[in-house]
Amino acid sequence: MASATTTTTTKGATGRSSRNLVLFYIFLVLFVLVSLFPLLWVFRMSITTKSDLLASPLVTLTAPPTSTSYNTVFGNPDFIKALRNSVIVAGTTTVICLFFGAICAYAIARLRFRFKSSIMTLILAISFFPAVAIIAPLFIQFTAVGIINTYWAMIIPDTVFALPLTIWILVAFFKELPRDLEEAAKVDGATTLQAFRKVIVPLAAPGVFTTAILTFIFAWNEFLFANTFIFDAAHYPVTVVIPNFATVYTIDYGSQAAGAVVVTIPLVILVLIFQRRIVSGLTAGAVKG
Amino acid sequence: MTSSDRESVSRVKSEEKKRRGGWFRQEFGNPERRMAYYMVLPALIIIVAIAFFPIAYSVLLSVTDSTITGFGSFVGLENYIEMFKNPDFLDGLKNTLIFTVASVTLEFIIGLGIALAINRAFRGRGLVRAAVLVPWAFPTVISAVMWRLMFQDQIGIIDEAAKAIGLISNPILSSNTLMLIGATLVDVWKTTPFMALLLLAGLQTIPGEVYEAARVDGANVTQRFFRITLPLLKSTILVAVLFRTLDAYRVYDLFWVMSGQQLESLSTFVFKSVRISQLLFPQGNAAAVFIFVTAFLIALIFIKVFGMQTGTEE
Repeated sequence: MASATTTTTTKGATGRSSRNLVLFYIFLVLFVLVSLFPLLWVFRMSITTKSDLLASPLVTLTAPPTSTSYNTVFGNPDFIKALRNSVIVAGTTTVICLFFGAICAYAIARLRFRFKSSIMTLILAISFFPAVAIIAPLFIQFTAVGIINTYWAMIIPDTVFALPLTIWILVAFFKELPRDLEEAAKVDGATTLQAFRKVIVPLAAPGVFTTAILTFIFAWNEFLFANTFIFDAAHYPVTVVIPNFATVYTIDYGSQAAGAVVVTIPLVILVLIFQRRIVSGLTAGAVKG
Repeated sequence: MTSSDRESVSRVKSEEKKRRGGWFRQEFGNPERRMAYYMVLPALIIIVAIAFFPIAYSVLLSVTDSTITGFGSFVGLENYIEMFKNPDFLDGLKNTLIFTVASVTLEFIIGLGIALAINRAFRGRGLVRAAVLVPWAFPTVISAVMWRLMFQDQIGIIDEAAKAIGLISNPILSSNTLMLIGATLVDVWKTTPFMALLLLAGLQTIPGEVYEAARVDGANVTQRFFRITLPLLKSTILVAVLFRTLDAYRVYDLFWVMSGQQLESLSTFVFKSVRISQLLFPQGNAAAVFIFVTAFLIALIFIKVFGMQTGTEE
């Protein structure tokens, strides 16, 4: 494997013998297959009838496709409601995170002040934080304030745990923007905030957009807080509803599979369209930071 | 330090303060800096109020016999003692440690291998990158549901395949050991690609000339790997491994959903205690503090022992 490093540094894949190239592509295909196999298999299960599923995995592989399971899950009002709840919670979390995150990240990336690295360390510490350690106090406080069992009981903690990610990635993006433009704006009499709003925000739009996608995925995937603070089915997000399908549709494995597939499809589409941006966003924080 | 020493030190400090106007005035007297603090403050307040303040609250709950509805009286370390006697907690601790060490080790080794292999220009890069990201972008609970379906007795392809080749004789979901192995493999499947991406990004920052020079000096592949790649990749490796370690250490979603709430981890123990059982509430808080403190120690070890860089200044 180590030999691959050396090839990059010299001539790239073109200079290699064709046998090695074939091996390399076999490796790639295997890697992609292993990555995608569960999704493909569960999709196969979701379009198979109950009796074919129960027969054996081999029968499942060749069974004629059916849409029964999808009719079942889309006919389930709780599932539809859960999809809506997840969109509301993840969407609101993303907007709040971007608002506070962008302002904070701009100051860290651009302005000079003391305690900057202490503040960054503190923010980073949150992303290492075991969320389970605070569910009891938050439960008590949310009950006291009366927001238990509402969207806010998910949005507030989601925001706190997504903020470090948002800030970290935005700092990396903001640092890459040319400084001259803001300086020019300031020379022309713009205040810090105006320079931020009129110059940086439009320029940073692609970076902000990438951050929004990552924050949205993060909030969409959250499970612990939703499972702790929500016990009214009307407010359940998809991450709580799908595992419950195991008891709702006991041996109707096809419907369990269909539910899982439906929830991942928006994410798969997001990833396929924005893969390049997502990778640059994810690695910006970790490598350059 | 004697009192006269202290006096002289404080006198020196106050003189210095007078001379420089004090850091407070220096920071807030400057409009740009003042603006910076105003901009950082809202995010910081949110983080401190919703994450750090509750930790203090957790510590308080853990030394009292409180319930979810009301504060109790001070009981010292009794909850911690009870917790360490609780077989469920010990089981969760053991599973969490095995899971963390096994999954992070495998993810690092396989991830580094993949990163080294794909660190070159090739056709179909976008496809590989997308394939890598798909498992990562899934909600953990959904991948747990998917793998549970594949581990299922009779209908699950993995359960059937493992039986067919004689790897297992009992259904995977009937044994805690097999479920722990299963959970580890699911985690490896889900996060190795992410690890590979981080390491790949780190590899790409190593200039090619370094390898060229080493080759000219007669270093072979192994030498180049251990003398150049690993040392230059060290900071990326530390960040990636620490990130994954602390993430694996707080495992909850995967265990809870994949094992049908059977497999115990530290986090599932806390969840069950504070959210489901009335009696275990104080122990649950002790376990919550335990997780927090040990996670903090893990991070500290990475920073102090391995010399991880945490600063962001260039």
